[in-house]
Formats: sequence, C-alpha cells, structure tokens
Amino acid sequence: MRALIIVEHDGVAVKSATLHTITAAKKLNCPVDGLVMCNAGASVIDGASKITGLEKLLVSEGAQYKDDLAENEAPLVAQIARNYTHVFVAATSFGKNLLPRVGALMDVAPISEISAVESADTFKRPIYAGNAIATVQSSDAIKLCTVRATSFDAVPATGGNAAIEKVAATADAGLSSFVGREVSKSDRPELTAAKVVISGGRGLGSGDNFKMLEQLADTVGGAIGASRAAVDAGFVPNDYQVGQTGKIVAPNLYVAVGISGAIQHLAGMKDSKVIVAINKDPDAPIFNVADYGLVGDLFQIVPELTAALQKK
Amino acid sequence: MKILVPVKRVIDFNVKIRVKADNSGVETANVKMGMNPFDEIAVEEAVRLKEKGKATEVIAVTIGPAQCQDLLRTAMAIGADRSIHALFDGETQPLGVAKTLKAIVDQEKPDMVILGKQAIDGDNNQVGQMLGALLGWGQATFASKVELGAGSVNVTREVDGGLETLQLKLPAIITTDLRLNEPRYATLPNIMKAKKKPIEPFDAAAKGVDLSPRIKTLRVDEPGSRKAGIKVPDVATLVDKLKNEAKVI
Repeated sequence: MRALIIVEHDGVAVKSATLHTITAAKKLNCPVDGLVMCNAGASVIDGASKITGLEKLLVSEGAQYKDDLAENEAPLVAQIARNYTHVFVAATSFGKNLLPRVGALMDVAPISEISAVESADTFKRPIYAGNAIATVQSSDAIKLCTVRATSFDAVPATGGNAAIEKVAATADAGLSSFVGREVSKSDRPELTAAKVVISGGRGLGSGDNFKMLEQLADTVGGAIGASRAAVDAGFVPNDYQVGQTGKIVAPNLYVAVGISGAIQHLAGMKDSKVIVAINKDPDAPIFNVADYGLVGDLFQIVPELTAALQKK
Repeated sequence: MKILVPVKRVIDFNVKIRVKADNSGVETANVKMGMNPFDEIAVEEAVRLKEKGKATEVIAVTIGPAQCQDLLRTAMAIGADRSIHALFDGETQPLGVAKTLKAIVDQEKPDMVILGKQAIDGDNNQVGQMLGALLGWGQATFASKVELGAGSVNVTREVDGGLETLQLKLPAIITTDLRLNEPRYATLPNIMKAKKKPIEPFDAAAKGVDLSPRIKTLRVDEPGSRKAGIKVPDVATLVDKLKNEAKVI
C-alpha cells in the first residue's frame, strides 16, 4: 500500500486543509507521498517538502496548472494514481471539483468527504446533510477519497524533508480557461482554519448588522460565518455559509448569533469544541447543541459581550 | 442550442431523516419525495436560457423507478420541452449515473448539460465532474452565474474564499450552486400542459451501461449527538465560563 495526497495551494503557500488530509492517510499505516501541480511555485514546493509525514513530493509544473482547472489536472492525477493504492485530497471546492473527474478517467468510484478511516477499503462518511453516517466499502483496486478536514487533526507544517521528484506535465486540455477571481477581502482568519468563529443568522435582520459581529470577531481574532438563511436573505456572501451545503468548521469556540439551528447548519459546526448560542427564542434547536446558551436580545447582548471581552 | 438537465428523486428536503432500526439505511417508505433542490435550480436555469432565446430545447432526464415520472412532469411544468426516463429499480451510484447520462448525451447531442452540484441524499457531488471526464468536455462546478457567448460560456463559480470565473468551450458541463437562481413555482396551466409533453423511455442496459454499485454500504448510523449544555443568565457569567471553565478565550 502507498498513499498519494494531492497538495492544495494558492500558488504561494500550501492550504492548511492538506495537513489534515495527511493525518487521514496516515491512518492507513503506509507510506504517504504528496503531489504538487503548479506553475513556478517555488515557495509551494519548498513549503510542501517540509510538511511532516510526506516521504516523496512529486512535482509537476506548467502554465496549464496555474489556475487549478480540473480538465488539465485530472489526467495527470489519473496517470500517477496507477502507482498508488489510495489517493486523498481535502474535500474543499478544489478537491470536490477535481477528484470525481479523476475517478471517471480511471473507472473508479470515488468516496466523497470521508470522516473516518476504518480500514484500507472501509470509510465513514456523512450523508443526508450529516443526519446519518454511512460506513462504506470500496470494491475498486485504487481508492479515491475526498477528506473532511475537520474530522482529522493537522500534521505539523514543518519538520519534514520529502525527496522531490519531478513529473512531466500533461498537455493543456484546451477545454476551459481562467477569466478572473473575486476574493473576499478580509484581514480575519480563513473561516475553515479559524480558532474562533462568530456566525450570524436570520435574527441579525440585515447585512449592516453583521458589523456588530465583526467587532466581536475582531476582539477575539475570529472569523465571520453565517447560516444559509442569512446567505439566502442576501445579508452576506455565500462563502460565509456554514453548513452542509457551505463550509464545515470545527473551531475551539463557535458563537451562533440569531441562528435557530437548522439541521443543515448544525451539520457544518457541531464538531466545534465549545458552542455558544445567543437567541431570543428559548426553544430554538441551537440550544440543544450549545454548551452555553444565552436567551435574549442579540442587539443588546453582542455589544455587551464585545465590551466585556475588550476589557479582559 | 439544446440543453440536457438530469434530475434526481430524493427525500423531500423538509422531511426529517430517520435511520432504519436495522442500520441498513435511511427510511424511505411512506416518506414524501421530491426533486433534488439543486436540480430544480438546474431546470430553472435551462428554462431561463430558453426564454431569453439562447436555447432552443430543454430536455429533462432521470434515472430511477417508475415514480420518477412525477419529477419529469414537474420539470416540464417549469418549462422543459420533453423528457427521457431511464427506468432503473436498484440503487444508483454516481459513476453508473454518469455512464448512463453519457449514453443519453451520445443519443441527444446537447450543447450543454446543467446538473445540480450534489443530491441531498448521498451528498456525493460527483456526477457532473464524471460526465465531463467521460465526454471530454469542460466543466464549471458550483455555478452562481452563467453567461452564454458564441461557442463558449462564462461561468462564475462559488469557490472557497470567493468567486472565480471560467470560460468553457461548448459543449460543456455546468453544476449549480444555491445562488444561481430562485426556481419558480409551476403554475396550474403549465402543470396541465406538462401532462401532454412526451416522456421517452431509455434502456441503459441495452446500450451496455453498467449501473451496478461499486461502493457497498455496510451500515448507516445516527450521527453522534452533542449534549445540550447550560443556559447562562448574563454576559458576565458567559465570559467567566468561557475563560475559566471551557478555557477557550
């Protein structure tokens, strides 16, 4: 057995979800290699080679890999995967976009978003928006899995010394091209990597009222999230969404403000270490998962909480 | 310009899921079923392209048991022109579905296939990407905006940290995210009209498509539940608990 991790990066640095994916692969008790596909990504290659836990780092460079187009990357992964028993990638928008395309090229059925590794061919994964957990067994010779990063700890980003091996690039498929990117600008930590997440729901009433949450988040160095109801109401952009159809988070502290606690939302945050709920409805389902609940008017409680934490 | 829209019959999104007592799966008997919400967005998008004069025909497709006809009627009430039903009674898995859809695409030769990004039962998020690979077409997953050009389509995608726009050569695959559009409610006259629109059968087995499952579900469990904690009376107590009991701030 030998496992391959597809390293996700932004052209400059390795994304932290990759570190969690390596822990998942380590559960197989076999050597783990990494694969970087990039265009002139010296800092990515250097960073990836230092990650604890990778034996070899395969590197393939070319302009066709610059924007992570699945049409260009899937053929290379499918070709390299033949030398491995397992190929894992984080279940991020990058991994979800790429791995099924690899699967179809190889005639392998991938397993999406695994949350536990039971054995070399058996994995657990959430289905029905996290309302049930399936234990599934693959009958394919090569297992392709996307990995739910919050279900596995991160390996240290440094301390390793992987041997770098160059791999010839595959051709540009010529099917798609990159036009542009609108990155949500924020000085706050990334939602899925933040130690503290402050999330708002429909109870906030408007996008403007999220400023109140931003002050609280900045006081504790947290990120801002939102329920699907708040996103659907247009209060905040979709990439704030925490839930089964949005981002899965597991911070040390999750503060749910004006969020009733739909199952859809709980599926995205219930692995948080400590959950605080602030809601005016004492019967809101969010209180069933919260370690600490505060019933009352969020417009009064949130500024009070921010002030109390600033004093600390 | 012909658009193919695959739709899946799933447990209605409002229904509370129950795991079967023998842990063999999720209870589906006597449970309200409906169209996968992301597929409804896909039908709506295709119909809007037709209404704008950009598409000439919208074909809804489903793979599943006889009851799936209801879904096709719904898709045609929204505005699809006709439907194809690949009758299949067993468990469908993404790879088999993608292979069946490829056989249907080979027959119908659409310029675009618009699919939901995932079905809300299996949450696999695979079929669109797989179909792209099988056909050798470009793919734009998690679409929040679709702009059709001449021989190409620009798609804005919901990705981690923001939005990204890709240009795909046609024919192409698009999978829908939540904010692409808000599907309409079918009106009564359109529901009546949909009853007269044709549903053709499609025999996947006769085309040599292998729909047999590759992944075996060994068991299905309830998720581990979190215990409810305590309610605190005020902000001062909350801060004290977070600091001294939970030690997270």
